[in-house]
Amino acid sequence: MPNPMLQFEIKRFVKLDLFGLDASFTNSSLFMVIAVFLISLLTIWGMRGRALVPTRMQSVAEISYEFVANMVRDNVGSAGQKYFPFVFSLFMFVLFTNMLGMMPYSFTVTSHIIVTFALAAIVFIGVTIIGFAKHGLGFLKILVPSGVPAMLLPMLVVIELISYFTRPLSLSVRLFANMMAGHAMLKVFGAFVVGLGLIGGWAPLAFMVAFTGLEILVAFLQAYVFAILSCIYLNDALHMHH
Amino acid sequence: MEPEAAKFIGAGIASIALVGAGIGIGMIFSAYLTGALRNPSAAPGQFANLLLGFALAEATGLFGLVIALIILFVF
Repeated sequence: MPNPMLQFEIKRFVKLDLFGLDASFTNSSLFMVIAVFLISLLTIWGMRGRALVPTRMQSVAEISYEFVANMVRDNVGSAGQKYFPFVFSLFMFVLFTNMLGMMPYSFTVTSHIIVTFALAAIVFIGVTIIGFAKHGLGFLKILVPSGVPAMLLPMLVVIELISYFTRPLSLSVRLFANMMAGHAMLKVFGAFVVGLGLIGGWAPLAFMVAFTGLEILVAFLQAYVFAILSCIYLNDALHMHH
Repeated sequence: MEPEAAKFIGAGIASIALVGAGIGIGMIFSAYLTGALRNPSAAPGQFANLLLGFALAEATGLFGLVIALIILFVF
């Protein structure tokens, strides 16, 4: 059986050394560039007509805008409209890299924890800075749950502190684990299809078709969850009611 | 026991975490269906929460799977 982890290998296309840092142009970078290019194409070229009755491309662009705008409005409220462009970029980037990864022989950027962790760290650091900028040192009250007996408080503050600092970790590992596990499983079942041959290979093939459908759902769902959790963290920092 | 064998056993034990994810996903969908059949008009409003709960429950199980894969491929 071929190694199911081989598909996540990073290949260097253009070697680039930036002051001792390895900044090579890899297949991962290539698919990030493709994703950003496709998102720009969808939003800029799709909205070029600005027609009252939208074309198909404009319709898709408007639907994705409305989808994220509703998400921000429901979870953060009117104070969050300032951060809508960030959440929209985050959602579209994760969605497009996940979906590009579903094409055979392509590369899934989000199946590497360093990529998802970088995204999650941007969210975490940004939200913390917004919280301190808005509330000053009062933002530390986010660690103190309200309506708790004073005796339990020291323990709960420690728990809240840990849970606050594991946010970027759980946010990144959730996306990374879902993408990696799905692709590794598809690879394993693909090996079953080849191994069982023409006679027995149909059963795992049928399973694979169904599982590919589930993976496309998961690809969308994880982008949605990533964006909505960013909205929830943002809401915590802006409004602070526990 | 050979270390190689212990590695495979450990990876197998770590993937038991997926049992919890399966139970959790089942409970979320059963609760959603129960609620949706009792009050169908309120069901579409909770669909986003259903998907959120599904993804969160699935992720906790996958943390265990990641441990299994780390045991298999890193050590």
